[in-house]
Amino acid sequence: MIEVQHVTKRYGPVAAVDDVSFRVEAGQILGFLGPNGAGKTTTMRVLTGYLPPTEGTATIAGFDVLEEPIEVKRRTGYLPESPPLYPDMTVREYLTFIARINRLPAAERPSRIDRVMERTSVGDVADRHCSKLSKGYRQRVGLAQAILHNPDVLILDEPTAGLDPKQIIETRELIKELAGDHTIILSTHILPEVAQTCERVVIINKGRVVAEDSPDNLTGRLHGAVTIQLQVDTLGADPTGTLQAVPGVASVNVGEPGSDGRTVEVQSAQDVDVRRDIANAVVSNGWGLLEMRRARLSLEEIFLQLTTAEDEAGEETSAPDEETEEPAPATESADE
Amino acid sequence: MSNILAIAHRELRSYFVSPIAYVVVGLFALLYGYFYVASLAFMVQFSSQAGMFGGGPQTVNVNEFMIRPLLSNTAIILLFILPFLTARAYAEEKRSGTIELLLTSPLSDMEIILGKFFGAFALFLLMLAVTAVHMGILFWYGEPELGSILTGYLGLALMGGSFIALGLLVSSATRNQVVAGVGTFSLLLLFWVLSWMSDSAGPTAGAILSYLSILEHFDDFSKGVIDTAHVTYYLSFIAFGLFLTAKSVDSERWRG
Ligand SMILES: Nc1ncnc2c1ncn2[C@@H]1O[C@H](COP(=O)(O)OP(=O)(O)OP(=O)(O)O)[C@@H](O)[C@H]1O
Ligand SMILES: [Mg+2]
Repeated sequence: MIEVQHVTKRYGPVAAVDDVSFRVEAGQILGFLGPNGAGKTTTMRVLTGYLPPTEGTATIAGFDVLEEPIEVKRRTGYLPESPPLYPDMTVREYLTFIARINRLPAAERPSRIDRVMERTSVGDVADRHCSKLSKGYRQRVGLAQAILHNPDVLILDEPTAGLDPKQIIETRELIKELAGDHTIILSTHILPEVAQTCERVVIINKGRVVAEDSPDNLTGRLHGAVTIQLQVDTLGADPTGTLQAVPGVASVNVGEPGSDGRTVEVQSAQDVDVRRDIANAVVSNGWGLLEMRRARLSLEEIFLQLTTAEDEAGEETSAPDEETEEPAPATESADE
Repeated sequence: MSNILAIAHRELRSYFVSPIAYVVVGLFALLYGYFYVASLAFMVQFSSQAGMFGGGPQTVNVNEFMIRPLLSNTAIILLFILPFLTARAYAEEKRSGTIELLLTSPLSDMEIILGKFFGAFALFLLMLAVTAVHMGILFWYGEPELGSILTGYLGLALMGGSFIALGLLVSSATRNQVVAGVGTFSLLLLFWVLSWMSDSAGPTAGAILSYLSILEHFDDFSKGVIDTAHVTYYLSFIAFGLFLTAKSVDSERWRG
């Protein structure tokens, strides 16, 4: 549905987006994740035909954004970073204008506008001037504007920015609901948002794609070192030595004993499953094994790893050996 | 077409919810009213003098003594006022970010430009309509020629259209309304000054300068003469202005 191929956008000598490629299948939600200045907004502007790419091509529903912009725009709903509202219009007037320029038949406009206002919960400010709206309401009217003409593709630049927690949840639900018959790209800084709403994630940093996968795979893939969390009742003894002696264990971190035993974190060396041996060691000491689970790196940690390890990653790419996504930094941090 | 109408309609109503329309129309009515009364007084005085030296008051040509100078003055008022009507057209959209909405909606650049042009033009026609009332009163005083009045209005409409086209072009090049307004006004002033310079310049240069001068082309209209050369001049001016606006919008896009 959406295909981005080797898109580069330069502002003067600076590349805001540098050779970015990805695709989104029909009906998918793609999360676009990256720190400030990563190039998310710029990429979205290229996709919506607002900015022409310096190099590369982008197509939506098979239409090139440069060659057939009107076809692309007809099929795309766009929520820019700052909602583009006309201060002198009321919300309803504004949406009527949007309906007109998107060629919605006059007879359908009022019912369609009412429905969209209800979905984005802006009905209670329908007759208020856009200049008088709070940030959250502006954002929601912006979203209403994007979905009004029922486009195939939705491009949402930080759709939950400035919303209160309840609204964030409702907006995420709305986006998930829309996903079935719309293809969606949304950008965000909020990592749980990606994990909750998106099927695929593209992580972008300094204009380059540093990772692309499903949120689950991303968390799984970076497991260079596995962290295992245990809850053990050691009957007062210190389990550090015993656990350290288990083959494959890289480090042991023991917490204070509590009413429910103590929490122990064991880090294994890369690609070794130490769970059986640990269980054996605990049980053979006569301790109680209350709980054991693999802790996954949170998206947050992955995000930080990917975006701060950029310079090292650059060197790795030039190395001849295979370029896996299991980066050395993960192992290093395990040793600490 | 429906897209152009949608934009024009939005422009027109945003003129009326902001103070701009009222200030501009009000100022125009005030200045126009002043010139109207002044030339009326002049004509009345002249006609009574003419009456004293024989002949009757009815021999005074309303067209020549009243309407022609009034139309010329109206042209000058427009030169001062119209730049402030078009100043916001693009500058404000860029400042507030709504330009991103327009440029990502299924509209061509030309549809947006024409919509803005006709929005401003409609308000301008409304201003002219105010003056039509005054003109009507003149039919009580004498027998002005309707044909030449209408010709004068055609000239005003064409000239105003040219001012608006230039204003859109300047507005598309900045995100600051004040810069757009003052810039347009300065350019129009330059075009006006060209006609003075043409008087003192040599024959060839003078002809070129007076051809370029926007106001010079209005003279014949105010005399009640429709010359296709002048009509063509104004229409080309408008078309070229809108064309350059489209170029300016597009180049902005490539520059980012
Ligand atoms: N009009 C512009 N002129 C020059 N540089 C620009 C322009 N717009 C963006 N940039 C630069 O391009 C880079 C990418 O910006 P972009 O707005 O795409 O980032 P982003 O990922 O959306 O960031 P944020 O999370 O803060 O919204 C930044 O370094 C920014 O300074
Ligand atoms: Mg951004």
